[in-house]
Amino acid sequence: MMQPVQTKSVERTGTFQLAGEAAGQALVFSQALSFWGGIDAETGDVIDHSHPGLGQNVAGSILVMPSGRGSSSSSSVLAEAIRRGTAPAGILMERPDPILAVGAIVAEFLYDIRMPLVVCDIAGIVSGNRIAITIEADGRAIVRVQTENVPLKSPECSP
Amino acid sequence: MILELSARDRSMLDGEQGSSAAAAMKILVAFSNAVGAGSLLDISGSHIDGCLYHGKAGLDFVERLVEGGGRVQVPTTLNVGSFDLIHPGMVKMPAAEEAPARRLMTAHMELGCQATFTCAPYQTRFRPAFGEQIAWGESNAIVFANSVIGARTNRYGDFIDLCCAMTGRAPAWGLHLSENRRGRILFELAVPDPEPSDSLFVGVGLIIGQASGDRIPVISGLPLPRDEDQLKALGAAAATTGAVALFHAVGITPEARTLDEAFDGHAPEETIRITRADINHALSRLSTVPDGAPLAAVSLGTPHFSHEEWMRLLPMLRAVAPGRGIPIYINTGRATLTRLQEEGALVGMEAFGLIPVADTCTYVTSILERLDGVVMTNSGKWAHYAPGNIGVSVAFAEMKDCIRSAAVGHVVRSAS
Repeated sequence: MMQPVQTKSVERTGTFQLAGEAAGQALVFSQALSFWGGIDAETGDVIDHSHPGLGQNVAGSILVMPSGRGSSSSSSVLAEAIRRGTAPAGILMERPDPILAVGAIVAEFLYDIRMPLVVCDIAGIVSGNRIAITIEADGRAIVRVQTENVPLKSPECSP
Repeated sequence: MILELSARDRSMLDGEQGSSAAAAMKILVAFSNAVGAGSLLDISGSHIDGCLYHGKAGLDFVERLVEGGGRVQVPTTLNVGSFDLIHPGMVKMPAAEEAPARRLMTAHMELGCQATFTCAPYQTRFRPAFGEQIAWGESNAIVFANSVIGARTNRYGDFIDLCCAMTGRAPAWGLHLSENRRGRILFELAVPDPEPSDSLFVGVGLIIGQASGDRIPVISGLPLPRDEDQLKALGAAAATTGAVALFHAVGITPEARTLDEAFDGHAPEETIRITRADINHALSRLSTVPDGAPLAAVSLGTPHFSHEEWMRLLPMLRAVAPGRGIPIYINTGRATLTRLQEEGALVGMEAFGLIPVADTCTYVTSILERLDGVVMTNSGKWAHYAPGNIGVSVAFAEMKDCIRSAAVGHVVRSAS
């Protein structure tokens, strides 16, 4: 298969709120999204009418946003979405979020599904970028951002 | 900030005290790191808002803690569930939904939680004292504990309230710490000689909730409340329209004996005047129907009706003697209900349409016989949530007007 010749891959490091590996297409929200009242856990659809991401679907994506937002019930919605397979494959945020961390850790505890939650610089990432999250030897997160739409190696990363 | 753990915290984390304690501590540590806490502190009690069934993950979590042999480490009360266990048959629910909803309640009891099933744990024998460190869920209970009692809790919720109870620990951050409890925004009640009516307290609560954001509100000029139930109503309203976890009322609440104490010597960042017109406007938005609308039911007791409120209601019911069969639902804690039954206070009251509801609340589950009509309430919180939750139309009024309306069959309200 032909691969596009011009691929730009940029690495950045981050801190895990929940460690794990994931890959997928970036879905970037400039505005924080509350999972409670914002995501339908049955489908992964964005349902918050006041949010610019309304109508998009987070399932399997690498969700990128500045922070979490809103009610503590977001923990339950995220855990339920991870259980149903409608959650993002991973989440990148600029600031740590206690509510999403609880939801992700509860889902890992119950269902052995690790949805990595990474705090890192999110500048320059746009929707559609291919993102791979891996774990460094020292436990830090490595976030690789490919600006060309090149398939990554792992099979589950296709959109 | 690096989170410092005690030897006992580490032992829990390492699984030396069982798999359930380890899971709870792991979640608590991640949460504490996320909020930037430097350490954990001991709590003396917890209140868990985990008994309303919202999906399988919530039930799976509690079941797993039960399987791991987990027990709560501190006295722990439970918030309302989806079911009235005292009055089976009252909640109308398909069997497929009923089984997990009931199980969620009993599974919490197997962890050692108390079967209180009330949103007003401060009315039970588990009421904390001034200065106690606690980890509570349920917005009205949180604001009551912090503001009216002076106990200390942050707004805990999903899973994390139970993790605090299972470990007896909470992150040392936010409202647990004295320096974070001072007022930031001042609300001056500019109503001359205000009467301490229930609706005044609800109205003030609605307004401070909307305008405070994440700043701690201080209210000056509030009349002395008749009882703590008026402060309960104020806090519940403030936690409905906003995210208020603590308010100070100068000369009334325990950390605000003076304006200066409420602000800990600092100046308010902003001052907002509340006029009679502001209060009337806020209250008018709670009613979706005009006076005269035919009445289907009355719902009181959100948050749960206290014994004192029952003592005001029962003579009123006898005096007005509504005889049209319009149901008057009263949400209350099972401990309060037991006390009333022991006192014989409810004998003959069903003739006036009185229907006590325990363990749950009329706006979170299917209890009301008719959802197509108007329901009257004296609760700002119920009026705010019920139309969205269960689809009813609402008329907000003082308790006396709710009972009078039940007697005449349509909405009547005295001029405020």
